[in-house]
Amino acid sequence: MLDTLRTLFLTALHAFHRRATVQYPEQKPYLPPRYRGRIILSRDPDGAERCVACNLCAVACPVDCISLQKTEADGRWYPEYFRINFSRCIFCGFCEEACPTYAIQLTPDFEMGEYARPNLVYEKDDLLISGTGKYPDYSFYHVAGIPVPGKDRGASERERPPVDLHSLLP
Amino acid sequence: MTYSAFFTIILTPLVILGLATVLTWVERRLLGLWQDRYGPNRVGPGGMFQAVADGTKILFKQDWIPPFADRGVFILAPAIGMMTVLLSFAVIPVTMGMGIAGDMNVGLLFVLGMMGLGVYAVVLAGWSSNSKYALLGGMRAAAQMISYEVFMGLSLLGVVMMAGSFNLHDIVAAQAGVWFIIPQCLGFGVFMLAGIAQTHRLPFDLPEGENELGAGFHTEYSGMKFGMFFIAEYAGIVLVSSLVTTLYLGGWRGPFLPPAMWFALKTGVMIIFFILLRASLPRPRYDQLMALGWKILLPLSLLNVMATGTILMLRAS
Repeated sequence: MLDTLRTLFLTALHAFHRRATVQYPEQKPYLPPRYRGRIILSRDPDGAERCVACNLCAVACPVDCISLQKTEADGRWYPEYFRINFSRCIFCGFCEEACPTYAIQLTPDFEMGEYARPNLVYEKDDLLISGTGKYPDYSFYHVAGIPVPGKDRGASERERPPVDLHSLLP
Repeated sequence: MTYSAFFTIILTPLVILGLATVLTWVERRLLGLWQDRYGPNRVGPGGMFQAVADGTKILFKQDWIPPFADRGVFILAPAIGMMTVLLSFAVIPVTMGMGIAGDMNVGLLFVLGMMGLGVYAVVLAGWSSNSKYALLGGMRAAAQMISYEVFMGLSLLGVVMMAGSFNLHDIVAAQAGVWFIIPQCLGFGVFMLAGIAQTHRLPFDLPEGENELGAGFHTEYSGMKFGMFFIAEYAGIVLVSSLVTTLYLGGWRGPFLPPAMWFALKTGVMIIFFILLRASLPRPRYDQLMALGWKILLPLSLLNVMATGTILMLRAS
């Protein structure tokens, strides 16, 4: 009997507690930078696409929602098209982990509701952003040993010039 | 029949139905408050029109009668539930002048009779649905009814003895000095428990028991038939609250404020208490409820009747 009254009293006291609800559309919750939301393709500091169409993200993807095709221009690899089907995507972040060039990244944005399912298929235009995302200084071609126009073999950061095998000089 | 009486008869059910509809929103907001969340607060100011939105939605839902159900009884059951509750309001005196038949000489008996008939709604709904969960719910309602109906009547006897009348007007008039909640505190407690059981509200919502019986007696109901059970339940809360107000809290009596306001205030407090009960107490098993009814509350109410009678006899002699 007393227990019951105590329960009633304690419940009534909850009227003066702070409410736990976050009034979502007006009141946005804080999402950390590493939150796994909408996927983007970033650019390097020079403004060129980071993606080298290596297909590792597509391989890593457990639900096979990434589809892309490689093409080449000026000795660099690019995706000819890059397509993510967000109606399949489970936002696991494996693509981001697999990416050798920090090109594919997950962002703290999750508001991507659509009325029609085909609208959830994002093409390269929808995915590509103009910034560098989470890694502002990283540029794959500056550190990779691949010669591209404007950068010869051996001119990368922390890379020595190649050894001339035909020379006898030490 | 005078014009104003006719007007009251038309208006009362409308007011009750409106009140019951709004109560669905009030209850959800209050439960939210006591559970540290908001509840429906989007439709209209503070979510006030949530009830309207829900009502509109449920009106347009398919009203499906299962092919295995007993069609006639299935349709009749929610109507009985609604009707008995609405009819009971006829004898509730809001104030001296307000109310349809507050001066009826067997007013309290009429309410008890209507409440007894109200059980048919639940039992018949459960039975005619012809499904096991609904039947279990209906059976529990019957079991619950035979255990609470007895001590409900007995608990009210103390009030009747003190007022010397079944007339609800006279009962309120008899509370001019002191409200019956003080001399009849035992009866008040017992009647409260019976009232909760009568409206089959939590903690005594055994016929419904949504987590063990699906939805109990109205498992098979959909659309507005379900809506009628729902509204009848909330109207039942209003009914029991206003009965408690009339019988134990001095009805419309109170200083400063106009009588109708006092009645509304007391009834409102009782309704909020009902919702608080729902927010805090778990549901007992139905054998526990029956044991409580027969072994504790029935002797208590008999004791109450005996004590009241003795005191009245001593005072008279």
